[in-house]
Amino acid sequence: MSTDDKSTQSTDAKAYRPEGIEDAFLTSDEKPAPKQAVAPSLGWRALARFMWRQLTSMRVALMLLMLLAIAAVPGSLFPQRSQDPAAVEQYLVDNPTLGEWLDRFSFFAVYASPWFAAIYILLFISLVGCILPRIKAHWHDLKSAPPRTPRIFKRFPAQAARTVESGSAQDVAQRAAERLRGPIKFLPLFRTTVGEEQPGVWTVSAERGYLKETGNLIFHVALVGILLSFGAGQLLEYRGQSIVVEGRGFANAQVAYDSFEHGAWFTEDSMSPFTMTLDKFESVFRANDSAAQDFTATVTLTEKNGESRQEDIKVNHPAKQDGAKIYLMGNGHAPTITVRDENGDVTFSGSVPFLAEDDQYTSKGVVKVPDVVSGEQIGLVGYLLPTADFENGGMRSIYPEALNPFLVLDMYEGDLGLDSGIPQNVYRLDTDAMTKVTGTMENPDPLIIGLGQTVDLPNGRGTVEFSEIPRFAAFDLRYDPTLGWLLGSSLAALGGLAISLFTPRRRVWVRATQSGDQVEVALAGLARGDDSGLQGEVDRVAAIFDSHLDLTDQEKLNKKLSRREI
Amino acid sequence: MGQISDYLVWGAATAYAIALVCFAIDLGRVSEAIGARKAARTKALAQAEGSGAVSGGAIATALGGESASADEPISYVGRSSKALGIAMAVTTVGFLLHAGAVVTRGFAAGRVPWANMYEFCLVGTFVAVGAFLAIQIFKEIRYLGGFITFVVLLFLVVGMNVFHIQADSVQPALQRYWLVIHVGIAVIATGIFTVAFVVSLLQLLRDSRDNGSPLVTWNWLEVLPNADRLEALSFRINAVGFVLWTFTLISGAIWAEDAWGRAWGWDPKEVWSFIVWVVYAAYLHARTTRGWSGRRAAYFVMIGYATVLFNFTGVNILFSGKHSYGGLN
Repeated sequence: MSTDDKSTQSTDAKAYRPEGIEDAFLTSDEKPAPKQAVAPSLGWRALARFMWRQLTSMRVALMLLMLLAIAAVPGSLFPQRSQDPAAVEQYLVDNPTLGEWLDRFSFFAVYASPWFAAIYILLFISLVGCILPRIKAHWHDLKSAPPRTPRIFKRFPAQAARTVESGSAQDVAQRAAERLRGPIKFLPLFRTTVGEEQPGVWTVSAERGYLKETGNLIFHVALVGILLSFGAGQLLEYRGQSIVVEGRGFANAQVAYDSFEHGAWFTEDSMSPFTMTLDKFESVFRANDSAAQDFTATVTLTEKNGESRQEDIKVNHPAKQDGAKIYLMGNGHAPTITVRDENGDVTFSGSVPFLAEDDQYTSKGVVKVPDVVSGEQIGLVGYLLPTADFENGGMRSIYPEALNPFLVLDMYEGDLGLDSGIPQNVYRLDTDAMTKVTGTMENPDPLIIGLGQTVDLPNGRGTVEFSEIPRFAAFDLRYDPTLGWLLGSSLAALGGLAISLFTPRRRVWVRATQSGDQVEVALAGLARGDDSGLQGEVDRVAAIFDSHLDLTDQEKLNKKLSRREI
Repeated sequence: MGQISDYLVWGAATAYAIALVCFAIDLGRVSEAIGARKAARTKALAQAEGSGAVSGGAIATALGGESASADEPISYVGRSSKALGIAMAVTTVGFLLHAGAVVTRGFAAGRVPWANMYEFCLVGTFVAVGAFLAIQIFKEIRYLGGFITFVVLLFLVVGMNVFHIQADSVQPALQRYWLVIHVGIAVIATGIFTVAFVVSLLQLLRDSRDNGSPLVTWNWLEVLPNADRLEALSFRINAVGFVLWTFTLISGAIWAEDAWGRAWGWDPKEVWSFIVWVVYAAYLHARTTRGWSGRRAAYFVMIGYATVLFNFTGVNILFSGKHSYGGLN
């Protein structure tokens, strides 16, 4: 082995390579022999080093990646608690034995399960353990000159040779180096070193594509950034849901939400005090098939200092306020219902959100009247038909807009169960301690109330009035201070990936040997990874020494055709 | 307009079918030529041995007139044959009809034509053919033609018969420029993965043939670039696909953040897009891992493309999630 090869090697030897990587820049005799996967019996230090070397090896990274892919599958096969808790409960009811075992192994919360976490944490440890030394090695590479010109060019995949009729070897080498550096002075394509190897023999060593490794490292670091941002987001976020009727609003405070969730590191301080009012809700449906076309919630956001502004929230267009985003998640009708007792005193009055159950907005809702002066508590449960159609004895809604709204309600009497202290779903009537008053044998007809109508309640319990039909909108407010980091990391990953995959990393060497008046020029090229442009790169440098271009037509054709080979 | 689009799709499908037949005929001719040459060589060798004079000249003479340079390998580079010419021309015609189908579909629906499974099929296959024709401008890959047209024809016919729905506007959740970007890039990535898959498949076949597999005995495989070169080509195409897929995930997360209030929520489509990404990431790693490059890396492409297909079909049909825009019931 020549001394030159050794010097090439010594540069590379400093470069860190993960165990098991294939790299053309390592000379063949330099490639470490495949290690036997046998733990050395040299005590815990050696064992730890062995384990670390294994964990950061390419093979293990590959294995962990495939494990991650496989481990992600069950999350799409089984219902997940985080998305659809009801479906999980249903699954457990349908498959009691299997379900219990699946639940025991976190199959209903795959992405929060210990085994899923184990895989990705190991993967990221492996990744960090791999890129930290690589960053160091790359930093060293960036500061050092291209590797010295090897003595023998034969083993390189791309080669060229020319004879320059008259000139000096030094001059030839300089011209080649200039060509390699390219036309832009401050942004050379190749980093070059020109030197005299021995009297009359000048060499150029050149390398390009340091960005490839830079991009690769950026990509991997950015992946860590994505994971950390995502994790921090889970800890810091809060999320509240609120159903708001037109004309009403809510304040950004934990108690004001219908439901509220937050991460482990959440503090009340991160909730900026503002209020939001729903001024108007508009929807557009297509006349012939009721297909939803557009939803717009016009809201007024009022800040602490009293400044307020109006904004439109759409399905795809949340409003932003102090780093929080307010999403439009749902909508429906909230008929204004007033219940009066036998004396004409109001016992209930309000706009009650009825939740749509189909495309025609046939909506279900509940009215609870606990504050009765005399007699038992009253519960009304039933449907709102926005555009009611009573043809053929049926009752159905034929259009989602409130064109001909009717309430169809059943009445219950008894104990609403509100005093039991157990939190109740406002959209469900707990009829355990109640008796049905309508829809029974004696009183089969439900209460049917048109807009603007007042209907008597059975048993002389008073009246119920349906006076207005405003819309309601369901809002979801989410605050996650890490979104900017997440986006930044993601874009860095994308950029780094593209740079790393599409930048060629090439080394080119030129040796100019003086023989009398003539200079013999030999060129060689080596690339990291597949590089179909390598020969072209070498040829372009060689071409500056072509004194004449008298190729035959056949040669030209062959050249053209060979370029078309993959 | 929607009707016109459908007619154009059938027109394109017909063109691809004709092209497929022509590509197949051409590969058949190549196979025959190689077979004949081999037989002749064997015969010549036998004769030469018999006469005791083993020389290249004798073999060349024995091979005779039809192919003057018999020792020169038959190659697709610079190949001209009637069948191949017709095949490429008809593929181009099919591609133009296909383009017309995509454009008219867009006008019929009044939006970009990639919002349901049928349209995804329509545009994905369009991208695959486009990628094939575009690469052919720079590099000789006509040997892929038969396989590309086969896959595209298959998907088009399945799309027309199984996924097809009337052109229509989309629900409010999809009315965003992200539909153009996120889904558009996803379709392009899928089309590109399709081409790379075909290349990797041929790589495996070529490799099997080179290693004397008794199952893979087609002569035409010898005309293809060797397995290493096919692997390199597949990698370059897959690299583009992978970058686009990464962008699909990122743009999807941005859109989901705007529309659903979370960037990532492990919806079935998100799960499988993630799996696709991880498998292709594993593929890129495998290529640079000693002992895993070459044939084994190609297996990753097979798995990766299977997950792409499942993400498109299986996830839309079997699971219900937030990405239920397929248009099937």
